[in-house]
Amino acid sequence: MEIKIFNKTTKIASASMLVASCLFAGAAMAKDTVKVGVVSFLTGPAAGVFGVPAKQGAQIVIDAINNGTMPAPYNTQGFAGAKMNPVFSDESGGGTKQVGLFRDFVEKQKVDAMIGYISSGNCMAIGPIADELKMLTVFSTCGTPRLYEEKLRSHVFRTQANAVGDSLAAARYIVDMYPNEKNYTGINQNYAWGQDSYKFFELGMKQMSPDSKGSDKPQFPKLFVGQYGTEISALSLDKAKVVHSSFWNGDIEAFTLQAMVRGFFQKKIFVSSVGGSAVDALGKKFPDGIVMGTRGNVGLLARDNKDPLNLWFIGEYKKRFNALPLGPSYQYARSILAYKFAMDKAMKKAGKFPTQDQVIAAMKNIKFKSFTETISMARGGGHQAVHSVGYGLTKYNKKGKTPGAEKVKMYGPECIYPPAGTKSEDWINAGMPGAKCK
Amino acid sequence: MFTGIFKDTSVRILITFMVVLCVLSSLVLPDWMQNNFMYGLSRGLAILGLMLLWRTNLVSFGHALYYGFGAYAVALCQKYFGITDILLRFAIAVIAAGLLGFCLGFILRKYREIFFAMLSLAFSMVLYGLLAKAEFLGSTDGMSISPSTLLGMELTRQYLFYLITFFVICAAISIQAYLRSTLGHLTTAIQDNEIRVEYLGYSVQKAIHIKYVMSACLAGGAGGLMAASLGQVDPDSMVNWNVSGELVFITIMSGWGNILAPFIGAIIFEFIRTYAFEWAPQAWAAIVGGTLLAIIFFFPGGIWSVIEKVFNYGKKKNVK
Repeated sequence: MEIKIFNKTTKIASASMLVASCLFAGAAMAKDTVKVGVVSFLTGPAAGVFGVPAKQGAQIVIDAINNGTMPAPYNTQGFAGAKMNPVFSDESGGGTKQVGLFRDFVEKQKVDAMIGYISSGNCMAIGPIADELKMLTVFSTCGTPRLYEEKLRSHVFRTQANAVGDSLAAARYIVDMYPNEKNYTGINQNYAWGQDSYKFFELGMKQMSPDSKGSDKPQFPKLFVGQYGTEISALSLDKAKVVHSSFWNGDIEAFTLQAMVRGFFQKKIFVSSVGGSAVDALGKKFPDGIVMGTRGNVGLLARDNKDPLNLWFIGEYKKRFNALPLGPSYQYARSILAYKFAMDKAMKKAGKFPTQDQVIAAMKNIKFKSFTETISMARGGGHQAVHSVGYGLTKYNKKGKTPGAEKVKMYGPECIYPPAGTKSEDWINAGMPGAKCK
Repeated sequence: MFTGIFKDTSVRILITFMVVLCVLSSLVLPDWMQNNFMYGLSRGLAILGLMLLWRTNLVSFGHALYYGFGAYAVALCQKYFGITDILLRFAIAVIAAGLLGFCLGFILRKYREIFFAMLSLAFSMVLYGLLAKAEFLGSTDGMSISPSTLLGMELTRQYLFYLITFFVICAAISIQAYLRSTLGHLTTAIQDNEIRVEYLGYSVQKAIHIKYVMSACLAGGAGGLMAASLGQVDPDSMVNWNVSGELVFITIMSGWGNILAPFIGAIIFEFIRTYAFEWAPQAWAAIVGGTLLAIIFFFPGGIWSVIEKVFNYGKKKNVK
């Protein structure tokens, strides 16, 4: 009797295991693949101009590395020889939801690494969980400086420099190009990214141009609100000529369209720290002469960069998606490059397929070749990248029928980021000691 | 009130279900499933609270107010007082939400139907606005919450799971005891005819107020446990109107037949969402919404009505 029951149980068990193995075939793949979760906005207002281009940028680089068709120095096949099996996922729904999904990725899908995240809120939420679950995570786009200034992270890397540089470079550009403009104001989304961005712009202006004066009525409309009639009127009446904005996603497009018809851009010097995506989305409708940033030497500002890796990327992107790569496309692709770089380096050192700890050790403090410059992970205990940030004036190229930029100025990392171990706010308030600007 | 509560069939089934879950989770369940059960059980508490209100025909479109309030109470107590003990966390979340519910109850108990629903929504959006604008409360980025402890010891997720099941059992038994009491029986009577209840000598407003506070406590406890098990709070996933909507959604999906129904509904919801996210990252919301539509069309009594049909259980129950 006992044996019979045992037999029956064994049968059921083996049958269910068979079923399970069929169901979870994806999870139990051979060792020559690495499974990586790639998270970006695939639904909601940030999908069109951020999430989807980001995913596309990652796809191009992943496929090229898997096939070994990427140009030097990434012309070896695979990640430490393994092919990457990316699992794309949606970033919308808020930090708490993302934390739940992150746990799923680690515990259910058993990924080898996580790459992505656009929203600063999500990065702040994922950071502690990634350390708790000991999962190598490479953030691609999010910008909040608090990520590493609050606490150093053991398993979290970020290949995008933080928002401080974006705001300081904007202030530098204004001081360099419009030295006579002393009054400034801003319109920023009322949440962490918008508040941080304007705060650092203001701090920077105070230091770089001590007699400048911020308006007492900077505008902070709600995120994703889409209607800016009142704010545009208020800004138009303000005597400050320089208007700083860290609008992104569909908000920058909506604002541009609504402000344009009121002649706003003829009266003001509009500084957009991350609006590059709107320039492509609106094409020739986008006004010329806007001070535009792309959070690094990427996207719009990198169109004329002749680096072979950049030319390849633009070419592939055009071929596959019939569009030009935007800032987020570069940022995600760059994270994949950093991951490959670290995997290969760890493999060389270990002599065999590296463990996660070896990859983490290898990724610390690396200098890896990106599309337009070599990026070093020189902050946040070797986990946080710094790179140059540039601004230029938008200029539609009528001949090529593509948006472009002129009078581009790039500011190196030593100019706009505090030295390792110093908090950004303290550093700026101390007069930015040691800053080297060309 | 509690006499003979353990002879109650619903309570017995509830305890059996929870014990089976605990055994399963310690033996066979993979971590991710355990997580889903944990979230489901935590959220189920808030659904139980909504179910309580629903029995009096009150639908709150703002229960995320208490859910989020409980979660933020946990987060703030960690930030300012360093409290990480799970027992304290749960107690703080329940009490904080209960107090808030007590205060707002004075206003809300006077309203019914759409006015009740909209007014509760309005209150929840006030909290949302405050949280999203206040930088010291983490703004829209929210705050992260460190893993819980128990009496000074580190708590593994396995033990956290046991504790959550324990909290859920306690809460659900209390609710069942309440439903069996005179006050509890009043609630369906109020639904039928308020004036008649008043003539019987009971204060309808008081009965609704008590019920509302209980419901707030449950939602607060749910938020607190959710915060502790997820490790993060932020206004968009804890306080925003769509969270309230989600709670109502699960309540409708669960049905109101039994104290176990909310937990089963919430667990099923977690699994639907997990798989929808995995299979269709671009259309997960459509899958989740489609499921609700299907349930409303085919099982208007919610998931619990299906279980009743299958097991032929509950027909003889006096507690509806």
